[in-house]
Amino acid sequence: MATTELAALRRGLLARPTATTGRLSWLTTVDHKRIGVLYGYTAFFFLLVGGIEALLIRLQLAGPNATVLSSDAYSQLFTMHGVTMIFLVVMPLGAAFFNYLLPLQIGARDVAFPRLNAFSYWLFLFGGVYLYSSVFLGGMPDGGWFGYAPLSEQDLLAHRMDFYALGLQIVGIASLVSAVNFIVTVINMRAPGMSLMRLPVFTWMTLVVAFLLLFAIPVIGIGLFQLMFDRLFGAVFFNPAAGGDPILWQHMFWLFGHPEVYILILPAMGIVSEVLPTFSGKPLFGYAAVVFAGVAIGFMGWGVWAHHMFTSGLGPVANSAFALSTMFIAVPTGIKIFNWLGTMWGGNIRFRTPMLFSIGFVAMFIIGGLSGVTHALVPSDYQQHDTYYVVAHFHYVLFGGALFGLFSGLYYWFPKLTGRMMSEGLGRLHFWLMLIGFNLTFAPMHILGLQGMPRRIYTYPDGMGWNFWNLVETVGAFTIAVSILVFMANWIVSRRRGAEAGADPWDARTVEWMTTNPPPPHNFDEVPVIHARDEFWHRKYAENEEGVPVPAVAGAADEDAEGSPIHMPNPSYFPLIAALGLPLVAWGLTFASAWLIGTGAVLVLAGLYGWALEPSSE
Amino acid sequence: MTVEEHALEHAAPGHHEARTSTGLDNVKVGMWSFLASECLFFGALITTYLLYRGRTLLANGQPGPTPAEVYDIPFTSVSSFVLLMSSLTMVLALAAIQRGDHGRTRVWLLTTALLGATFIGGQVYEFTTFVNEGLSISSSPFGSAFFVLTGFHGAHVTVGILMLLTLFGLSMGGRLPTENARTVEMVGLYWHFVDIVWIVIFTLVYLIPSE
Amino acid sequence: MAERSEELLERAEEHHAERVRARRGRPAQHPGPRAYVRIAVILGVITLAEVWIYYVDSLRFLLVPFLLAFSALKFSLVVLYFMHLRFDSRSFAALFVAGLALALTVFVVVLLIFGTFAG
Repeated sequence: MATTELAALRRGLLARPTATTGRLSWLTTVDHKRIGVLYGYTAFFFLLVGGIEALLIRLQLAGPNATVLSSDAYSQLFTMHGVTMIFLVVMPLGAAFFNYLLPLQIGARDVAFPRLNAFSYWLFLFGGVYLYSSVFLGGMPDGGWFGYAPLSEQDLLAHRMDFYALGLQIVGIASLVSAVNFIVTVINMRAPGMSLMRLPVFTWMTLVVAFLLLFAIPVIGIGLFQLMFDRLFGAVFFNPAAGGDPILWQHMFWLFGHPEVYILILPAMGIVSEVLPTFSGKPLFGYAAVVFAGVAIGFMGWGVWAHHMFTSGLGPVANSAFALSTMFIAVPTGIKIFNWLGTMWGGNIRFRTPMLFSIGFVAMFIIGGLSGVTHALVPSDYQQHDTYYVVAHFHYVLFGGALFGLFSGLYYWFPKLTGRMMSEGLGRLHFWLMLIGFNLTFAPMHILGLQGMPRRIYTYPDGMGWNFWNLVETVGAFTIAVSILVFMANWIVSRRRGAEAGADPWDARTVEWMTTNPPPPHNFDEVPVIHARDEFWHRKYAENEEGVPVPAVAGAADEDAEGSPIHMPNPSYFPLIAALGLPLVAWGLTFASAWLIGTGAVLVLAGLYGWALEPSSE
Repeated sequence: MTVEEHALEHAAPGHHEARTSTGLDNVKVGMWSFLASECLFFGALITTYLLYRGRTLLANGQPGPTPAEVYDIPFTSVSSFVLLMSSLTMVLALAAIQRGDHGRTRVWLLTTALLGATFIGGQVYEFTTFVNEGLSISSSPFGSAFFVLTGFHGAHVTVGILMLLTLFGLSMGGRLPTENARTVEMVGLYWHFVDIVWIVIFTLVYLIPSE
Repeated sequence: MAERSEELLERAEEHHAERVRARRGRPAQHPGPRAYVRIAVILGVITLAEVWIYYVDSLRFLLVPFLLAFSALKFSLVVLYFMHLRFDSRSFAALFVAGLALALTVFVVVLLIFGTFAG
């Protein structure tokens, strides 16, 4: 590095750090791969927390009149189970994949704004820490994950729902910031020749998710601010006694909440669209249709929010309109399903663990999708509303769907991350245990729901006919827990002792496999020039006269082109500092401490100023 | 300099910034995405206001202040005009730095910040008056919606003022060279956006009668 | 293969430069200070008209449509000229209009559901 450049780095409040190895460097890292890893491990930790909450819930519901949990503890646990799984597990696990893979898939050295990326991660982490600090500060949020007013405004002395309002606000900002970052990255950082219609499908879905976040987060942000003003400053937005309208909260929440459903599922759909072609030895069937269906879901996701509110008395016109739009949105999803089936049809299928999870995803998601269509029928929905039928439905799409897809991705890209393979045997065991446990847990909920068992009750009397299936569900939940332990064992052992993966363990198709496993900090020694969709596949195989792929002539791909100097962004302290300020402000607001609010605000400002004035090298 | 020249210049080899796939500047794409997102942010606030502006009863059932009673249209017209003109001075600051006229840049940056501060001063006066007339954030849904909407707008203006003063300070210290005109352009985009939000608020909140 | 890559790279670069030039086919320059002042004068005049029509009782029935039109006009002038959307790449306009149109659509629907425009 030139001396002038070094001198420039010393300017500013704190000298810009340069170390990119060692434990402390994780605090200042701006490398998208390391940030992806941080997202992944943090989200997995929260998965364990949310999972333990679920197990406690299932223990309590295993039989009638149980006393494992009090009604109060139960309310906190079901609320935090939902909040955790949605905001602290599935969304950040998606973000882990975006971070790690997106630049690799488009042939970029990093995201467009590396420091902003670190800022997103720290905000997400501190938002989670703030939310869970409620355990020690008077109890966790207990008003349900969608925090319906006026229930969310009942108890102003306990701060539980303050943690909900401010905690979700913080993780929301994290998502908004990363959305801007990923949009710019996909639009602007593609390798030469990587046109939009050559993007890997996972990258496409990332782009759609980023736009959904960009537009949905501000709406829930306002809703949460209004809730906060109601709770902390005596506003009356959702207070019916003073003329406010709780239904407004429902609109704000579901205007965000329904796009959020697609924010959760599209990353998994992207992963599956990468895994199925690889293990079927065929290109994705109907690439353009899959991409356009994803974009269509993104658009139509904005026109269905009120189907969550059929029972709130919207009137027949609104109910009918939203029933229709809800049925329509099944069309692009159906297109995707048929394209995935078409991809496997006639393929040379290898049933490796990632493939198993992807097939599991397709099957479970179909069940969840079909029960979803039944909600579109307003009279039927009246009957199902707030019963276990709804719980069954959204677990089939979010667990059987999103989480199966994400596990498929974890198995698929584990060699990319570590350079080693995960154990196939343990992987299969994990898959089958999880599939069986999942169906034992959630399939009976359809029956219980139709029998009238309501959601969010902490116990039920004997003699309702609910005992048997509830016990089955609890057995299923513990089966899932065992499967997760198998996964963790597999992960930990394989990281150290897994077989060497080599450069291309799956005979993959996309650009991220064109660099070493794990990739160097700069991703690619030479930025690849893209000539085709499934670039890597086309570099490996040519087609003979009958259209059958044959290995391409060796040495065709690699050239030792003259390398230009690679300029990587320097690490920075400031994203961490600025992000640290926000939970302080939030604690200050919760407990009316001007001192904490001030300290937090100063940290945020100092962080942002240091950031802006820091000699830029990104 | 137009953005195209900007892009061409950045496309030139050897420049510190990598060329982008579309030729568009990264920060500018990011800024416009953020502003698009802000449309939903203020959309939600304005919607809440339109829903609640007629709900003026106090919690005890007594009639509370209505929009028609509290709004001082001549006063707000003047402060709206001040904010509108700050958009002019902002764009003049950008034009100045793009020609390399740093003296003018500083003058216009500072003027913009002062006009913004005048607007905020007007808002503080307005809020105080309203509270004295019995309208507060907790008096009625109308009060909640009004104060939170205009308060968030005021917070945006305040952030803008801080950024303008920072630019002014940087320029005074010689750390805002002509190559950094883009930074002024970005702060400008933010500032104009805050102005157009007020254009909408002025009409929908103040001028259109609520009955 | 190496030659092919380089050729493609060159072609990509040419294509890029062409697109930049094509975009220049739109009004090439950001307007100067004089044009900005002219826009500001128009903005000021519209604001005056807004306040004037607000106080004219005989035009009461026209008030709302006129106010909405004036507001939209001011909004557009600032966006097109001060924010340069008329001169910059259409991509920026597309991004912004996407957010604006989405906000308008969903929130008008919300207000319709509440019956806000009915009375």
